[in-house]
Amino acid sequence: MRRILSILLENEPGALSRIVGLFSQRAFNIESLCVAATDEPTLSRITISTFGDDKVLEQITKQVNKLIDVIKVADLTERPHIEREIVLVKVLAMNNKTRTEVKRIADIFRGDIVDVGKQIYTVQLTGDEDKISSFIDVLNHETEIIEVVRSGTVGIARGEKALRV
Amino acid sequence: MTIERFSGAELLIKALAELDVEYIFGYPGGSVLDIYDAIFRQDAVSHLLVRHEQAATHMADGYTRATGKCGVVLATSGPGNTNCITGIATAYMDSIPMVVLAGQVASNLIGGDAFQETDIVGCSRPIVKHSFNCRSVEELPNVVAKAFYLAETGRPGPVVIELPKDILIPDNTAPFVMEKDVKIRSYNPNVKGHTKQIKKAVEKITKAERLVIYTGGGIVIANAAEQLTALVERLNAPCTNTLMGLGGISGLHDNFIGMLGMHGSVEANKAMANADIILALGARFDDRVTNKVEKFCPNAKIIHVDIDPTSISKTVNAHVPIVGLVDVVIDQITAELDAVGHKPNKDDFKEWWSEINKWRALNSFSYETSKDLIKPQQVIESIYKHTQGDAYICSDVGQHQMFAAQYYPFKKPRQWINSGGLGTMGFGFPAAMGVKVAFPDSHVVCVTGDGSIQMNIQEMSTCLQYNIPVVIVALNNRSLGMVRQWQDMIYGGRHSSSYMESLPDFVKLAEAYGHVGMQINHPDELDSAMEKAFSIKNRLVFVDVLVDEKEHVYPMQIRFGAVDEMWLKKGEKV
Repeated sequence: MRRILSILLENEPGALSRIVGLFSQRAFNIESLCVAATDEPTLSRITISTFGDDKVLEQITKQVNKLIDVIKVADLTERPHIEREIVLVKVLAMNNKTRTEVKRIADIFRGDIVDVGKQIYTVQLTGDEDKISSFIDVLNHETEIIEVVRSGTVGIARGEKALRV
Repeated sequence: MTIERFSGAELLIKALAELDVEYIFGYPGGSVLDIYDAIFRQDAVSHLLVRHEQAATHMADGYTRATGKCGVVLATSGPGNTNCITGIATAYMDSIPMVVLAGQVASNLIGGDAFQETDIVGCSRPIVKHSFNCRSVEELPNVVAKAFYLAETGRPGPVVIELPKDILIPDNTAPFVMEKDVKIRSYNPNVKGHTKQIKKAVEKITKAERLVIYTGGGIVIANAAEQLTALVERLNAPCTNTLMGLGGISGLHDNFIGMLGMHGSVEANKAMANADIILALGARFDDRVTNKVEKFCPNAKIIHVDIDPTSISKTVNAHVPIVGLVDVVIDQITAELDAVGHKPNKDDFKEWWSEINKWRALNSFSYETSKDLIKPQQVIESIYKHTQGDAYICSDVGQHQMFAAQYYPFKKPRQWINSGGLGTMGFGFPAAMGVKVAFPDSHVVCVTGDGSIQMNIQEMSTCLQYNIPVVIVALNNRSLGMVRQWQDMIYGGRHSSSYMESLPDFVKLAEAYGHVGMQINHPDELDSAMEKAFSIKNRLVFVDVLVDEKEHVYPMQIRFGAVDEMWLKKGEKV
């Protein structure tokens, strides 16, 4: 089962490598990982998208919590939450037909064309994992994809629930 | 008035002295010479020079296991640090506090593949509780205080501090400022067990018909042996210890049913398999205990008390998980027993005991003696006799380790020192040295084999330098006994690389290092030779005992079986 873990930890050198090391050392999966400092500069927030059954998830959560740098861990998928990912897709746009089609698809998905070259368009899109995946599928059907950059998922709980010190 | 300033090296030693550190176990080298200079110019903290950094870690580890005080290791950058890795992993697996002061090349050289540079924080990351890259002379004392705090509290473990040379040198100074009352916002280990869970546990305990108290190294680390014994007596329950937990209750206590697990007693493993309630205290359901997890104690409800939440329901599901310090939780359980009006009764578990006593009567540790060959079990019994059961027994890893665990009943916690988790050959001798340094007037015995002893034998030189007169008893079977046993039982008797061909003459070797060497090769000589070995007080004695090379360790759990499916001896199952 796919899960999204939110981790609040000290913004210290080595803290991220401890998290990543833990996942590989204990053979846990990482589907994607996002990390950046928070509004409070001494803290970092990591979002990890992973998968495993309940027993594995329990171990992951406990093991992450055990790391000294980690302040809080939450499984976002347990509750209503918002997930977003950003993707940048560079596609071939050689002729009018393709350009129109790419623009149309981008509009339907509420994406933006953020760079235009002689033969390429670069499209930006935000959304949850599913939306991004189907966007890429549709584009792939229409033209040749040159490059895809996905940011990995970030997420936040809905309502008043918050992960903070 | 000017505030006195110190170099990082001086600050480090001041901080250690402030934390009551008596000994540093280490080995010098380029990046830590300023620390060695600072050690030379003071006498609050002593330094013991080993012959290999791995031995420094085991020595610190042995010192800690015997005293409960956090051991300190000092090693230089590069190979000095990487040589510590096995010792750090050993301490990590057995939850032993340790602070490793790891020299590093100067900050401006880090990352440039400088001479003797390794990323020790990176190398050791999976085997430490935490690590610090110390980056300024000002923060050094507080980093040291934090390292000790982390190493010693919660589930203890090793902590590495990386110290680049430029923060240690004389012209980089700072005042000595150290907060001894350490607070770390991201680290708040549980102390007390959850009250609701304690109530649930006591409800299960008081309703149990076939209760077993199964305890591990946590009891030893938490100094909870007395509380455990009182609880066992109050409930009149059978109590079994893991390899790491031996001494948690006296090995001579009536309620002690022996070690459990791979080479445990039949009564311990049978009791576990037939229990309705298992109270696990500071133990972690290791694979050497459970045998096949899917077949482990299917009818038991498990109450699992541990300081580390990750240990709970990791391999075996706990029905009542309790996170807390085991000594505190035992007190809570006792108080709750009082509150529900539980009264001790000698007749409690009467039927259960009569069943257990039937398994006991199988006498699973019995063995056959021989007229001409010394049996390894006999050697351990002889050590017990000549040390009145009061020695610190530090073992290496292999058959001799199991024999020592089976045939030397430990009366007190911390008396039995072995690498149970990592199973580090070469651990026993330096660990014994660390114990002897702490307790010079006690018998300290290294029980080892002809394989293990050669993994750190160079430390005989250290023993001469500092007069550390441990007694080394090598159960010499001219082979890697445990490997050979598995090859006999599982690999069709094909002894692939399990012989120690061309063994040295251990007697001459001991003598060459300036010690006393003895060899025993006949059962009739065993007692008198042991008596002599233990009467020599001020010199290291190496007793090379030629034992029956065909002897196997029994009982032994049958692979992939339930906890109580065991070989009693060759061809005889229970």
